[in-house]
Amino acid sequence: MSAGVALLLLAIFGPLGLALLSRGEGWAARVATPLLFGAMVLAAWQIVCVGFGVPSILLPAPSQIVVAFGTHLSTLGVDFVQTVLRAVLPGWAIGSAAGLLAALLLDRSAFLRRGVLPLGSLVSAMPVVGIAPIMVMWFGFDWQSKAAVVVVMTFFPMLVNALAGLESTGAMERDLMRSYGARDWQTMLKLRLPNALPFVFTALKLNSTLALIGGIVAEFFGTPIVGMGFRISTEVARMNLDVVWAEIVMAALVGSLSFAALALIERAVTFWHPSFRE
Amino acid sequence: MIRRAAPLLSVFALLLVVWYVAAVWLNLDLARTLADDDATPRQIWLATLAQDRPLLPAPHQIIVEMWTSIFDHPVTSAKSLVLHAAVTAYAAALGLAIALVLGIVLAVGIVHVRTLDRSLMLWIIASQTVPILAIAPMVVVVLGNAGLTGVLPKALIAGYLSFFPIATGMVKGLRSPDPMQRDLMRTYSASGVQVFARLRWPASMAFLFPALKVAATLALVGAIVAELPTGAQAGLGARLLSGSYYGQTLQIWAALFMASLLALLAVALVDLLQLGLVRQRGGRL
Repeated sequence: MSAGVALLLLAIFGPLGLALLSRGEGWAARVATPLLFGAMVLAAWQIVCVGFGVPSILLPAPSQIVVAFGTHLSTLGVDFVQTVLRAVLPGWAIGSAAGLLAALLLDRSAFLRRGVLPLGSLVSAMPVVGIAPIMVMWFGFDWQSKAAVVVVMTFFPMLVNALAGLESTGAMERDLMRSYGARDWQTMLKLRLPNALPFVFTALKLNSTLALIGGIVAEFFGTPIVGMGFRISTEVARMNLDVVWAEIVMAALVGSLSFAALALIERAVTFWHPSFRE
Repeated sequence: MIRRAAPLLSVFALLLVVWYVAAVWLNLDLARTLADDDATPRQIWLATLAQDRPLLPAPHQIIVEMWTSIFDHPVTSAKSLVLHAAVTAYAAALGLAIALVLGIVLAVGIVHVRTLDRSLMLWIIASQTVPILAIAPMVVVVLGNAGLTGVLPKALIAGYLSFFPIATGMVKGLRSPDPMQRDLMRTYSASGVQVFARLRWPASMAFLFPALKVAATLALVGAIVAELPTGAQAGLGARLLSGSYYGQTLQIWAALFMASLLALLAVALVDLLQLGLVRQRGGRL
């Protein structure tokens, strides 16, 4: 009963508060509005779960998830090391670096570029996570196979984006470099590579999400008894949904924090780009 | 034509050669173990390309496997790849339909209501940094507990994954008319609905179709991954999983190729729709 009233109050005053807040100009209002919205969703979730007695095998309340996060901290830590530090991070780095290198190589030959680019867009339309069982067969159950999946998933987005970035230099600027008598590698280092950086960062950010997905999904096809994907699939089967949600919260945190970190680095490295100038 | 085809064909040929070499190299140990004692080297080399459960099947083996699993079984049989592809494609299409409605409604709301713009946009972007595919098993199981089984949980996951490109694309598209065009509408004293129907909506189509291509492939990935955890009996994801359990590499590769074919088909379908709209509009999108 009281839960219903609380929900009703939230449904009336929440949107009212949002509407008032979103009228405000300036920095604070812009940050506060989405935060208030998020808080409202959380509050509604908590009220519904506790007030109407939703069984926790369907949907645990946010408070239960927080508690589970605290009590299972050591398990979460081990899973984080296995999945993120051992599989996702190296895979992401190797795949992105290989994609960038391949782009630099392809840039030398228009013939190869015309042959490989359609292939790249073909692969980007394919459900690449499907190679996970094959990689598990080749590289075994441990983190190596997960890293391999991540490498394959991150290679082509980087290749396609980096190539577009290298192409993005205008003819005028290249002519200027030529009139300076700059050599090929000098033009590359001083003009075309810096110019490609925004594209490279786009791919890096895209890849960070892809890598996390690849790392976790690959674990559904067989792992040692540790890792985020392993934990999610086994704890779901044991109906310990609070642990599963704790893993999800961690995955969400890792995903958004790495995205934010990359965005910050991008800002620092490509501060000269028009999109960052006021 | 030749100028465009030559690089593509040579890269493709190179890929095939590399594939065959890799297949021989990877399967050599396996072929040696399984070969008769008096087998000649030549027989062993040939055997590497004809294993039942090769580490890496040769391309022609995959094509044969696809051919038999498509044409040699009735469509209703569990061995038919067509059945599995249809099950996955159905879930993906349903998910894409959900995503289309949700994405467009959200975009229209965001463009027209300031409160929605301010409170939702951040969360829509944040929703994509969460590896949603990773929680697909939980969504499927939880919805199963709540009494929802069958195609709907899969479609919901596919929909969640594919609404993002549609929503962001449509927001961009609905905002794409420039102030000059909007001013013109005002001088016509057009109502809000008219501005939407005559200016914003038509302008957004150029953004909807590229978004739809991305969304279609994402929906397919979502449907496949959603089939993994539930022990689904049918679908390309189920084929991948059972192939992985029983070491049936050919089955895995055939399912993978089928999934790629489906993705290409979906993209081609969107292209066709776009072409239709372009024709209807007299050559412009």
